[in-house]
Amino acid sequence: MIVADALVAQNIFFGIIALVMIVAALKVVTTRNVVHAALYLVVVLAGVAALFVLTLAEFTAATQILVYIGAVIVLFLFGIMLTQARIGTETHLDNERKWIAGLVAVILAGVMGYALLDGYGDTMLDKNGELSVQTTAQVSDAIFSQYLIPFEVVSVLLLAALIGAIVVARRE
Amino acid sequence: MWLNQFLLVGAALFCIGVYGVLARRNGVMVLMSIELILNAVNINLIAFGAFNGTIAGQVFALFVIAVAAAEVGVGLAIVLAIYRNRSTIDLETANLMKG
Amino acid sequence: MSPTLTFAAESGEAAVVTAGWLLRNAWIFPAIPFCSFLITLFFGKRLPQRGSPVGVAALALTFVLGLAAAGQWISYSNRSEDAAHAETEHALVGASAGTGESAAATAAEDDRGATTEEEDGEVHTQVGEAADEEEHASVAPVESTRTWWQSGGIHFEVGTLVDGLAIMMIFVVSLVSLLVHIYSTDYVHGDIRYTHYFAFLSLFTASMLGLIVSQGIVQFITCWELVGLCSFALIGHWWEEQANSDAALKAFLTNRVGDMGLLIGMIVLFFTAGDGRTFSIVSINQAVVSGTVSHTAMTVAALCLLAAVMSKSGQFFLHTWLPDAMAGPTPVSALIHAATMVVAGVYMVARLYPVFWDGLSIAGSSFNMMVLVGAVTTLVGGSLAFVQRDIKRVLAYSTVSQLGYMVMALGCGAWTAAVFHLFTHAFFKACLFLGSGSVSHACNHSFDMKKDMGGLRKRMPITHATFLIGTLALAGFPLFAGFWSKDEILAGTGGFNLAEGANGSYHVFLVIGLLTAGMTAAYMTRCYWLTFLGEWRGGHDHDTGHDTGHQPAMAVGAAVATGHDAHAAGGHDAHGHGEPHESGPRITGPLVVLATLTFLATFANIPEKFSFIPEGWRLRFEHYVEPRGDYFPTISHAEFAPAVAALSLAMAAIFSGVAIIYYRKVRAQGAYATELAHGPTTRNALAAAGYRVLENKFYLDWLYQGVIVAFIKGPLARGIDRFNQVVLDGIVDGAGINSRKAGDLLYRYVDQAVVDGAVNASGLGASETGGMLRRFQTGRIQQYAALMFGAAALLAGVLVIAVQ
Repeated sequence: MIVADALVAQNIFFGIIALVMIVAALKVVTTRNVVHAALYLVVVLAGVAALFVLTLAEFTAATQILVYIGAVIVLFLFGIMLTQARIGTETHLDNERKWIAGLVAVILAGVMGYALLDGYGDTMLDKNGELSVQTTAQVSDAIFSQYLIPFEVVSVLLLAALIGAIVVARRE
Repeated sequence: MWLNQFLLVGAALFCIGVYGVLARRNGVMVLMSIELILNAVNINLIAFGAFNGTIAGQVFALFVIAVAAAEVGVGLAIVLAIYRNRSTIDLETANLMKG
Repeated sequence: MSPTLTFAAESGEAAVVTAGWLLRNAWIFPAIPFCSFLITLFFGKRLPQRGSPVGVAALALTFVLGLAAAGQWISYSNRSEDAAHAETEHALVGASAGTGESAAATAAEDDRGATTEEEDGEVHTQVGEAADEEEHASVAPVESTRTWWQSGGIHFEVGTLVDGLAIMMIFVVSLVSLLVHIYSTDYVHGDIRYTHYFAFLSLFTASMLGLIVSQGIVQFITCWELVGLCSFALIGHWWEEQANSDAALKAFLTNRVGDMGLLIGMIVLFFTAGDGRTFSIVSINQAVVSGTVSHTAMTVAALCLLAAVMSKSGQFFLHTWLPDAMAGPTPVSALIHAATMVVAGVYMVARLYPVFWDGLSIAGSSFNMMVLVGAVTTLVGGSLAFVQRDIKRVLAYSTVSQLGYMVMALGCGAWTAAVFHLFTHAFFKACLFLGSGSVSHACNHSFDMKKDMGGLRKRMPITHATFLIGTLALAGFPLFAGFWSKDEILAGTGGFNLAEGANGSYHVFLVIGLLTAGMTAAYMTRCYWLTFLGEWRGGHDHDTGHDTGHQPAMAVGAAVATGHDAHAAGGHDAHGHGEPHESGPRITGPLVVLATLTFLATFANIPEKFSFIPEGWRLRFEHYVEPRGDYFPTISHAEFAPAVAALSLAMAAIFSGVAIIYYRKVRAQGAYATELAHGPTTRNALAAAGYRVLENKFYLDWLYQGVIVAFIKGPLARGIDRFNQVVLDGIVDGAGINSRKAGDLLYRYVDQAVVDGAVNASGLGASETGGMLRRFQTGRIQQYAALMFGAAALLAGVLVIAVQ
């Protein structure tokens, strides 16, 4: 029964995407080439966008691609080039405490995995049979009515970050 | 689809991100790992939003994306400032707070 | 949208009582000083006289409006009563002539049913009313609210709550602040941060007024923190002096301890009081009065809030910051650390009285824990005031003692007495503080009574007269306000059935109260004598010979004393030097006003027993200030008791008589003597020991710094360090030469540390703490992050397992 439930087209896609994402994410934190890490990050971010599409959150998926892959990754590549990282492999990308880091990550994964499996078990995401579509219009309505003040705060934050970044990075 | 599929993928990304933040010496790579963590959060937000049928999950995911963009901007500016002052972005050498 | 009050009786008839404009728009009181703060801060330096007239004008306006608001409140209160009376007559037509008690009980039940609805600034208060006595006629507080922000379905509101208590506090704060502003224009004249000083005075006044009119507990906490911030900034006004900035820091940190209590207590109140998770003070009070809230929850909340009262209002054992706070400029001490901010804690108790009254009463008995806290404080403060040679510190400990009186009264259920004492204390203590400032202004900015004062009676007649009036009021001399308020408190304890109508019978606390009354009279006599009588000692070096026995502790006190206002001398003209003479009119003017008020305040609450005075003049304070309604617990009022008054007067007379005899003997030794050469402290070991305990302030500071901090810094750190060096190094380095080293370390740390180390503890401890902590302070941010994430993961794991 569960096997039959699992073999829905969505779940197959989900499995493929999740696998690719996790492998790419592991490569981001283990690869010895800084530029490669940025490119693997693109894969992860695209995978996240694909997951958003699976939950019918189209607008957020589009924003994810535009902002992350369009802007943030480009920023990263600029950062890598401006700091003159070698294009190619480097030897000392990890510090000597990476085993402690790995231990912390594994403990975290254990705790979270246990808590999630214990807490949500086989709760279905689409409890009523299908997910409700949340349209862009609904998102914009929510942002400009209920969440107007947080929205304004975020815009001020972006302005502050803009000015702050210029001040910090400016040559004296 | 189960709710847990999304949550577990989010948890995995989060832990990988934490590993990256703790283990990488290169400032830019640490920032990339932080992006992994933020994306894990976004997956959770979207999944719970869909699960509860509310719009709030998406709205907050959008806020997180905006804040993450700001964070990368400022973070890279700081890395550039460190690089200009010390000709390296190795975080091991940035230990002026040593007691 | 004019807020109206509807009195609806059971018959359904409604009479409408409209509150005055100022009562509905009380936001104007904090708003005016706040505008003055902004103007002074941003434009002050370009304005004439560096911006101080702005503050004075703003406070004058606030004060006038405060008077108008008081008038409106009295009229509103009277009209509410008339309306209630009219309703009662209607209601009583149908009712059989029952006993007063049953009618009152009905009234109480009706009150519980009343609800307060607030919708976007509109207020409709419906009060069911069927009382047959004037005292039971309920007067609803005037509330108005706006939604500040909302989150998760909870509306955070800002608004104002005005009732008699708030009106009284507005009057006190705006008046004292106005006088202090005027006084300061002369006192800190020429100071380098003159403009900032006035800006912060205005900000303080604004936050204090905001605290007073707070409608909800979130707003209350915000203003509470703001007054703490202003206090910090003003204590450290002359921060170049290390002692001053230390005192500011101490005040701030001690208050943080209480602020945690405030936050937790308010959170507990939010979740337990009332069913609607409300922030409104009135709703919380109503819920507690109606008895729907669990006693345990109230006890927890009240205990947490009591911590806040202890820190802000200087109650034992968190009072240690208040005397140190005297490092600030004297007008600041008068305004913040005598008249207004330090009574914020008392005000909170009065405001949330049902919470404290129900929460702190020990189940099964009629004993309220606040009595104990207040009584200990009043004794501690009173006894410490004896050994100070800094005039401001005498007054500071006296303030501690008087605040203890207020808290004790609140614990006894003598609400009106406590608040009346707050009212009168603000005047005479501000008068005394400003007087001490005037004195030091004339004496080279010193506060040392023994070294630089004496004989000022002739030289400073106005300061002397006002200081004497303040002293008499504080000592409880009849005709002055302190006498009446103090005796109301003593009667309120109900000890030995001397007074009728008290809420309990606290015999022990009546004795403590009487004792403190005597001590107050004695130390004020000492203070007055040393300052104004005898010969002027400034410029002479006569007192050193007698003090040698107590030199070490005195030296500390004197160092602080001379550090005080030394900076003011820099920008000052020459009149501070040489022979002392009377201060200018901007200093003596406020003194005269306050001294007059000290006398006039007597008439605010003339006892009921004085039947030769028309009824409309008696107990006006109780009548208009004490809340009447369903948000205040039913407490009875102690009647003025001649026996208690006579006792306290006798105590004061005996104690001050002893002090006078002592100082007459001192004077016989020579014109410049300040204490007996062979007094009891040199002859009697017990008296000497007592003196030492007092001089060291009951060893509280030593307990906090020497024991608690030193334990963390010393033995604990050394233990960890020892473990680190001996065990860890031993394992890592293993055998061979390192085992010998480990042996050496063992020898050094077990033998020397235990035997010698106990002696050298403090110095060694500090450096070794550093050595121990260094190991974690690698400066590598990722290591910190690893520790943080690891700890979070482990804690989360524990939580997951615990939830199972």
